[in-house]
Parts: sequence; structure tokens; C-alpha cells
Amino acid sequence: MDLKHLAVRPEATASGLPENGAGNADPGMVGGEADPAMVQMLSPEGELLLHGPYGAYAAELDAEDLRGMYRDMYTIRRFDQEATALQRQGELVMWVPMTGQEGAQIGSGSALQQQDYVFPTYREHGVALTRGLELSSLLRRFRGVSHGGWDPSETNFHLYTLVLAAQVPHAVGYAMGMARDRKIDPQLPEAATVAYFGDGASSEGDVHESMVFAASYDAPVVFFCQNNHWAISVPTEVQSRIPLANRAKGYGFPGIRVDGNDAVAVRAVTSWALEHARSGKGPVLIEAFTYRMSAHTTADDPTKYRLSADEEAWISRDPLIRLEKHLRAAGLADDEFFEALAAEGQAMAEKLRADVLAMSSPGFTDAFTDVYAEAHPLIQEELEFHRRYEAGFADSQEPTA
Amino acid sequence: MTERTFHLPDVGEGLTEADIVQWKVQAGDTVAVNDVIVEIETAKSLVELPSPYAGTVSALLVEEGQTVDVGTPIISVAAGSPAQESGQQPGAPMTPAPVPAAAADDDGQPSASLTGTGPKADAVKRRPRTGRTAPSAAGKPAAPAPAAASAAPAPAAAPPAPTVPAPDPRPQAVAAAGAAVQDTLSRLIQRVLAKPPVRKAAKDLGINLAEVPATGASGEVTKQDLISYQAQREAEQQSADTFWAGAQKPRDERIERVPVKGVRRATAKAMVESAFSAPHVSIFVDVDASRTMEFVKRLKASRDFDGIKVSPLLILAKAVIWAAARNPSVNATWAGDEILVKHFMNLGIAAATPRGLMVPNIKDAQDLSLKELAIALNALAATARAGKTPPADMQGGTLTITNIGALGIDTGTPIINPGEVAIVAFGTIKQKPWVVEGEVVPRWVTTLGGSFDHRVVDGDLSARFMADVAAILEEPALLLD
Repeated sequence: MDLKHLAVRPEATASGLPENGAGNADPGMVGGEADPAMVQMLSPEGELLLHGPYGAYAAELDAEDLRGMYRDMYTIRRFDQEATALQRQGELVMWVPMTGQEGAQIGSGSALQQQDYVFPTYREHGVALTRGLELSSLLRRFRGVSHGGWDPSETNFHLYTLVLAAQVPHAVGYAMGMARDRKIDPQLPEAATVAYFGDGASSEGDVHESMVFAASYDAPVVFFCQNNHWAISVPTEVQSRIPLANRAKGYGFPGIRVDGNDAVAVRAVTSWALEHARSGKGPVLIEAFTYRMSAHTTADDPTKYRLSADEEAWISRDPLIRLEKHLRAAGLADDEFFEALAAEGQAMAEKLRADVLAMSSPGFTDAFTDVYAEAHPLIQEELEFHRRYEAGFADSQEPTA
Repeated sequence: MTERTFHLPDVGEGLTEADIVQWKVQAGDTVAVNDVIVEIETAKSLVELPSPYAGTVSALLVEEGQTVDVGTPIISVAAGSPAQESGQQPGAPMTPAPVPAAAADDDGQPSASLTGTGPKADAVKRRPRTGRTAPSAAGKPAAPAPAAASAAPAPAAAPPAPTVPAPDPRPQAVAAAGAAVQDTLSRLIQRVLAKPPVRKAAKDLGINLAEVPATGASGEVTKQDLISYQAQREAEQQSADTFWAGAQKPRDERIERVPVKGVRRATAKAMVESAFSAPHVSIFVDVDASRTMEFVKRLKASRDFDGIKVSPLLILAKAVIWAAARNPSVNATWAGDEILVKHFMNLGIAAATPRGLMVPNIKDAQDLSLKELAIALNALAATARAGKTPPADMQGGTLTITNIGALGIDTGTPIINPGEVAIVAFGTIKQKPWVVEGEVVPRWVTTLGGSFDHRVVDGDLSARFMADVAAILEEPALLLD
């Protein structure tokens, strides 16, 4: 694997300041260099350096915010482990681990406001947590008992999209719709959408079309690309000759590369981008530079295509360790805090396991319930027919598709 | 204490089996939920399985090295209360940490385990309808007619629930690709070796080189082979022209008298003796010998076998020796009051020679390596063809193979060589439609026939012996164990 990107970071930390930020009137715009400096606020040693155009956003965070972000990162990693175990025990058909990407997900998710709307891929478990989604509902689809698993309108967190990049045009369209709604009703809060996708999906045509439309209509959308370095087995270098954040320049909107394992920086950059989008200035592309520490899915074996040395190189950049170092050094959290968190995580995992094992298969009639928002005569007719049909069997029992 | 059994899950998407690589626990060990219990290897990766239960391991139900189908019970755990340990290390959980607490579920079976969700779709069971009329008319009122209701109490009248096999989910493209590989392989196997001038001569003479017995050092058809084949063909054709004697000839001249002597007499005597004293039982088995063909091809190509003629008969010979060791009664002699089981293999090969049928045997064939056996077979055949088989070579045989496939015959009911109790007929190997996982594909198929002396070898033993021989032809790699 090409490690040239990795080499950039320690130097940037040493100098303390990402170059693209200092004194730049338009803080988001990448300067056109082949390799934009990466925004970072929390060094791998846990040192917090707030400056540059995004520093103000990080400065707003108090101790409780930082502890909350750590709690979320810890919780979602514990959740990820339990879900993986459940899959290995035959209780889930498949699982999509996210370990290593907690900083990018919790950092960006915690920057969202209630009225914002999220279009996730299938790996945004951390973002789901920040949206207040009941975590077990994420597993309904992976257990095969639901086509969705939750009501997106309750948390403004859309259903997982398994087709690569298919959610990105949706996010743009939804953003355009929200902007129009506000023209009709100016009382509505300013809002933006976030389109999550990965480095692999960035090669899909949908992403290109989405960015063209978003730029054309100044749609309030933040394209949040988690560059976890691996599109299953294809490294990022194969997907792009230039840093992905640079692509934004071609569409004429800001592109920022942020250290995805630095939850503070991610939160600051995302806060700025959301504000930019909500205020009608158009889209922003954020490339969160991170690493998928685990397999692509439980059906994947990363040892077949990458070296364990590459994985080990990223362990020292673990987003949890970094924030923990800071919390301890700054005296914001003590052993008691972390012990309590471990106990909470354990309780969460046990409840999750119990919830999953108790999930029941849906009845066939459930398939009719969400076709239209309101009752529809054709659907009612078909439902009635189905009931009559089911009743026509000698051993008529609970219908099971 | 409830006993719970963990069934091998499908840890990939649609995997059907896995190898048990290493057990991390043993019977009597205490395990907690999510403790790693076993490492398995699937077609996709090495995977560690965490325990779904807490308690004491009561038994490991499969062994290391075993290949196990998804859904097979692999471990049973007696639920108990394992010692509580303190859990997570905050901040450093890059690798899944053990989770010590007890499982929350309390029923014996894991609820609706999702194992086996891959290609092994459950057979569809059709439920009986209440009415006898077809339910296809969509507009029909739902209420069952009284007549139908009265018919319902007779359960025997209800149609049985037929099981419908699940359709093969594999896309056509996969089958097509498989067929292409098969095709290439077939062409390679079918390719007859010969030097260009021999090829041209064969073409000019209208001879299919594949039909010419090859004697070349690397199994190629030589110029001499082609000439002898042509001579033999001409002789047959000429004599065929003059064979029939017209009706106008006197009767005596229309019947040729051939004196019975020598080998003919011996053969006749032996066959009568065998056929009318040993009650023969003959069985047959069709075999997909594609892997044998591949194996033979590889042997031909290998430097080790340079200059040695290799044919499927070599693999069959090896298979027979292997199978006889597993079913020793087939390698025996009926001696009236006792059965003499031979702990050595003098493997007879029925050979058509200029003098007639001969069955020379390879002494102590069980001690020969594959290469030595190949050399012995070649020497035996060459000597027999030259009519120089010494009598000693034909004595003391313990089991015989007759290679009728060399003559293009599928199978037959061979007669046992006297003094022995089993004979195997090796049919021709040719491409035939064969069903592999629901797909008809061309495979190299042969039929093995076997005759056994029922005084010594009962049906089940002969069947096991033949199945073992067939297993080797299907997978010659089994010889390695």
C-alpha cells in the first residue's frame, strides 16, 4: 500500500497548522495543490491545537461535549463487536463492521442539528447513534426480518442503502426539496442533508451527477466521503490519482480533507460545512481520511489483500485512544469515567443480544403497510384478496410469505 | 443445567460448509458468551467463532480437520453460571474483547438461527387447500362451499405435500464458463500425440489417429503403429470380402473347422470351471472419471514419468489394490473348507494376445509405487502382445482386471479367473452428459463392472469394494492417504 498520505500527517501535527486554513478568506476551498493539507486538531498524542478557520467551531466544545463524543465512539465500537459476534453465531446473515471509523462518524454525526437529514450507506452505525436511533433496529435488516428496520422520519436518518452511491442523488434531491419548502414557508429552520459515501462509491457515476446538480442548484448538501482506504479489496490509489477532496474543485465548491480519526476536527469541519450549506451557499465535500480497521463485511477476509503491517500502522491513530489521551491529560475524565463506560457498554451489548434474539419474523401483511403513506384503495383490495387466499388453506396458521 | 447445541453457522454469504481448523476449548472448559471456541476455515477465510452460550463445554461434536456442513451441531454447552470477570479495557478495544456475562436467552435452541441461508434453500412444502377446486379464479368468494367443508374430514383424500426441489440459483454465466473450461480440458485430453509426418500419413489414409494403439515412448502414435494398423485394417477388409461362402457351395465347405487346443482349450476349461462352480454375482457402477483423466494427463506431462506410458488403467490398478486392502475378502481363494485370504496382490491383467486370452499378473503389486506399477503394466502388456508371456507370469493371480474399454466397450459381466473370487471390468471412458449440482455437463464417464464369487463375497462387500474403486477414479487424490 502507498503510505505517502500517511507520511503527511505527523509533519502537519508538528507544525500545528494545516496550511489551507491560515488566513484564507474562503476556508473551505482547496488551493489547487495536488495534495491538500489535512485539517487536524487533536494530535495522535492527544494534544488539542485549535486554530485556523475551523478552530472556532472546536473551541465551542465543552468538556461534556468531548466526553459525549468519546462515550458515543466507545458505545458504537462495543456495538460493532457484539454485532460481529452475533453474525459469527449465526444470528445475523451478515454484518458490516465500522471499527476504526468512529472518529469520522461520531464527529460528523454530532455536528448535525435536528432538522438536518442524513442519507447513510450501510456502515454509518455511529451516525445512527448520534441521531438517537435505537441500535437494535440497525440489526433488523441484517437479521433478515425487515427491509428497512426503522422509520426514517422519526430521526431524520434514512434507511441504509446497499446499492453503492444510490443514496447520493437522493440526498441532493432531498436537499433541493428542503430549500424549496423554505421558500414557501420561511418559518422552517434552515436545514441541510448529508450524503455519506465511501472512497469506493466516489467512483460511481451517481456521485458525479449528484455533485453537478448540487452545484447547479446550490443545494444545501454536505457530501461526506469516508475515505477508509479500501473499496473492499481495491485501494484508494486505484480509485483516484488525486486526493478525493480535490475533486470538489472541478465542480466549483469547497473540498476539505480532514483527519477522520480526529473526532474534534471532523466535528468542527462538518459544523462549518453544514452552516455553509444551510445558509444557501451551496454544497461542500468533506473527505474524512480514515481507515477500516476490520473487514469490509463478515464475508470478507482482508488478510488476502492487505498487509497486517498496514493495519498496525493505523492502530496508533485509533480515534478512541487519541481522544482518551486528551480527556485524561486535560483532566476531563478519570478512571471512574472509563470504567463506568465499560459497564454501560456491556449492558448495552447484553440488551442488544436479547433484543436481537427476540426479533420475530414479520407477517406477510406487513408488506402492505408502508406502500403508501395513507390508505390506498388498490392496496386495500390486494390485502383483502391476500387474506381470503390465506384463509383458504386447511391448516391455515400464521401466514408466512 | 440446560444443554445447548451450537450449529455451524454460515459465516459468509451462502457458504455451505467449513473445515474445523482448531478447537480453542475442550470438554469440561468453562466458556462465556463470545469467548472464542473454535477456528474454522471457509471457502472465503479463516474465522474464529465466538460462543453463543455461557456454561461448561459438555462435548465437542466434530473433530479438527473435519469438513462440516453448515447447520451441523459442533459443540454442546451445559448452561451454568460462569465466573464473572471484569470486562472491557476502555480506549484500546481494536480487537473484540471477551464478553463475560451470561446470555440472556433461556430456551435450549438459538432462536431461529439463520444458518444455511445460502444455496441450500428449504424445499417448498405445499399446504393442502380446503376446497378441491382450483383456487386460481381471483374473483371467487372466500367462504368455502359447504360441500368442500364436508369433504374436509377425510384426511386421506387430501393431496400429499409434494416437495419441490429448489431451483439452482446459480446464474447461467457460471455454467457457461464451466462448460468452456470443460471443453478446453476435453480437447487437451483427447489430443493424440504423433509426429507431423505420421499425422499427415494418417490423414491421407483416412485413419483417425485416436483409434491407433500407440506404443511410442511418450505415448505417441509411431509410424510403425500406423503401418500395422493400416495392415490390420486392410486384412480385415479383404477377408471380410471373401468371408461369406455362397449357397451354391457344398455344406462342408461352408463350415470351417478350427481345432481347439492350447490357449483356446485352456481358456474354455477355465471359464467353464469358473462359471459353473463359482456362483457369480455381477454389479456395475457408473463413474465420473474426469479427475482420473486429468491426473493421467498430468502424469504424462511430468518429467518423472518421462518415457513411461501412462493410461487410466494404471489408476484403476492402483485403485483396485487400494480397495482390496480395505475389503480383503475380494482378494481370496475358495478352498472348499476354508477361504484363503491373500495378504498380497498378484494383480492379473486380462490381455488379448496373438495366442489368445492370457491373464498374466503383476506379482506383489501392493509394494509397487505408481511409477513402478506403470512400468510393470507396460512390460506385462508388451510381453503379452509379443506372445512371450511365460507361464509363471500367469500363475498365482489373486484378482484380475479386464480392460474391455480398450476395445470401446462400456461394460460386461466378466467371468472370474479360476482360483480367484473377483474380477473388475474397466469400461471405455468417454464423454457423456453427467449431472453436476443440477446441471448437465459433459464429463469423462466410465462404467465399472465387477463379478464376484458369492461363496466368498457377499453383495454388501462387493458393493463396498466397487464403491471404493469408483471413489478413487472419481478422486485419485484419495490414494495419497
